[in-house]
Amino acid sequence: MTLKYSVAIIGAQETDAVGFLPDMSVPHLHAQAARNAIQDAGIRRDDIDGVFTAGISPALLAEYLGIVPRHLDGTSVGGCSFMILVRHAAAAIKAGLCDVALITHGESGRSRVGATRPATDPQSPMGQFEAPYGPFGPSTMFTMGVARHMAKYGTTSEQLAAVAVSTRQWAMKNPRAMMRDPITIEDVLNSRMICWPMHLLDCCLVTDGGAALIVVSAERARSMGLDHPPVYLLGAGEAVEQQMISQMVDFTSSAGYRKAGEEAFRMAEVTHRDIQHVMFYDAFTHTPIYSLEDLGFVKKGEGGPWMAEMHGAPGGDLPMNTNGGGLSYTHTGMYGMFAIQESVRQLRGEAGERQVPGVEVGLVHGPGGMFSAAATLILTNQPGD
Amino acid sequence: MPAKALPVPTPETAPFWDGTKRHELRMQRCNDCAQFFFYPRPYCRHCFSANTEWRTLSGRGTLHTYVINHRPPPGWEEDAPYVIAIVELAEGPRLMTNIVGITDPTPDKLPIDAPVEVVWADVSDEITLPHFRLV
Ligand SMILES: [Zn+2]
Repeated sequence: MTLKYSVAIIGAQETDAVGFLPDMSVPHLHAQAARNAIQDAGIRRDDIDGVFTAGISPALLAEYLGIVPRHLDGTSVGGCSFMILVRHAAAAIKAGLCDVALITHGESGRSRVGATRPATDPQSPMGQFEAPYGPFGPSTMFTMGVARHMAKYGTTSEQLAAVAVSTRQWAMKNPRAMMRDPITIEDVLNSRMICWPMHLLDCCLVTDGGAALIVVSAERARSMGLDHPPVYLLGAGEAVEQQMISQMVDFTSSAGYRKAGEEAFRMAEVTHRDIQHVMFYDAFTHTPIYSLEDLGFVKKGEGGPWMAEMHGAPGGDLPMNTNGGGLSYTHTGMYGMFAIQESVRQLRGEAGERQVPGVEVGLVHGPGGMFSAAATLILTNQPGD
Repeated sequence: MPAKALPVPTPETAPFWDGTKRHELRMQRCNDCAQFFFYPRPYCRHCFSANTEWRTLSGRGTLHTYVINHRPPPGWEEDAPYVIAIVELAEGPRLMTNIVGITDPTPDKLPIDAPVEVVWADVSDEITLPHFRLV
């Protein structure tokens, strides 16, 4: 039994705008994204019988939407939760637990409307064994292994900066992207030091926004007569290594990344050469390098040079983060949903000026928390057998 | 100025914090697989055995990896830039800590795998934190 070709994404839309949305609360962002995805899929609200969300409770989502679903899933482990929820939706649909799955994301990361920021409990492991040493969010913790990656493999600040430059080149082709001015490696290296080795332009944006997906069985998707191609699930993987960065076993490689990637490739029965477009969650410039290496696109240590050679930039042989990524498009906090949206857009041929010609298979990968959870999706527009 | 975050020990972790207060670095070692592990918990991180005992460590180790934070949270303004690090102790386990004793820390002053030793920061009547310095 496999989940390969079990389901298809038939609706995928973001909120009307992303970026700075001070007039929208967190549940409003979820609900607007849900309405847009429902319309995109050509279904009715009442067709939805499974709700999947992270960051808020699926109970709040159901209440706000005014529906009584027969299946719910609130797996919330950070930015990759939405990739995990696609996998869970596929399993639930295959098992007959629901037929029409709605997956939503909404976060007021910048404006903090209706959002809470829980303090670290001083009795928790994090409160006792990390918080006393002055961490200040992901820029101080997610980046902890980069110095060792640099020492072990010779990865440089210039190579890290190349990730930001490549991603910005894509953002310049995306009218919805927040940051669209051209930048150079020198601009990244000369931007304010936030937390060595990360300069301001090595760090993702902080924005408001939402997005949603509608997932149904592949069979149902084929028979719906949609005006856009269904995007089928080929492979999916998920894993978790630890919660606290200080518990990471190898600071130069994520065990969660490796396991999620292996799982997705095994299920999809494709090779790296079959992947024509990648969305690698870029919370900072090092996470795409870890993705490229830990998923086996290149050997350990070759990620930095690959970025510096601009293989993922416009005109490169493996287009990466074509929406402009978390670095230049938008980053609400749990960015993974936006990575899926761009993959679907590319596979539907709806990516405008940044469309990758003839793309049939795309991969989405990213972390949840700080190299804590991880998830991978491999998607295709080819209808299969 | 807001206070820095301080740990509140729990029953499983109290022997560690009791140790630091006496300026002793104590951690658990598993009698079944003969490995140390950290943070404190009832069962071995490596083999999940309950057969563990507290031992006192040398306080020597190496600088495994680190960041240099230039954007301090409330309470840390006077310290920035400061080093948040992972130290690997001679006996094997790793812990998060601060590397102290370096004015204006820069990467060239902090080679990866450089030897370090524990220094004690008595931050309140109840709590002493293990910090490290280059040796
Ligand atoms: Zn053991």
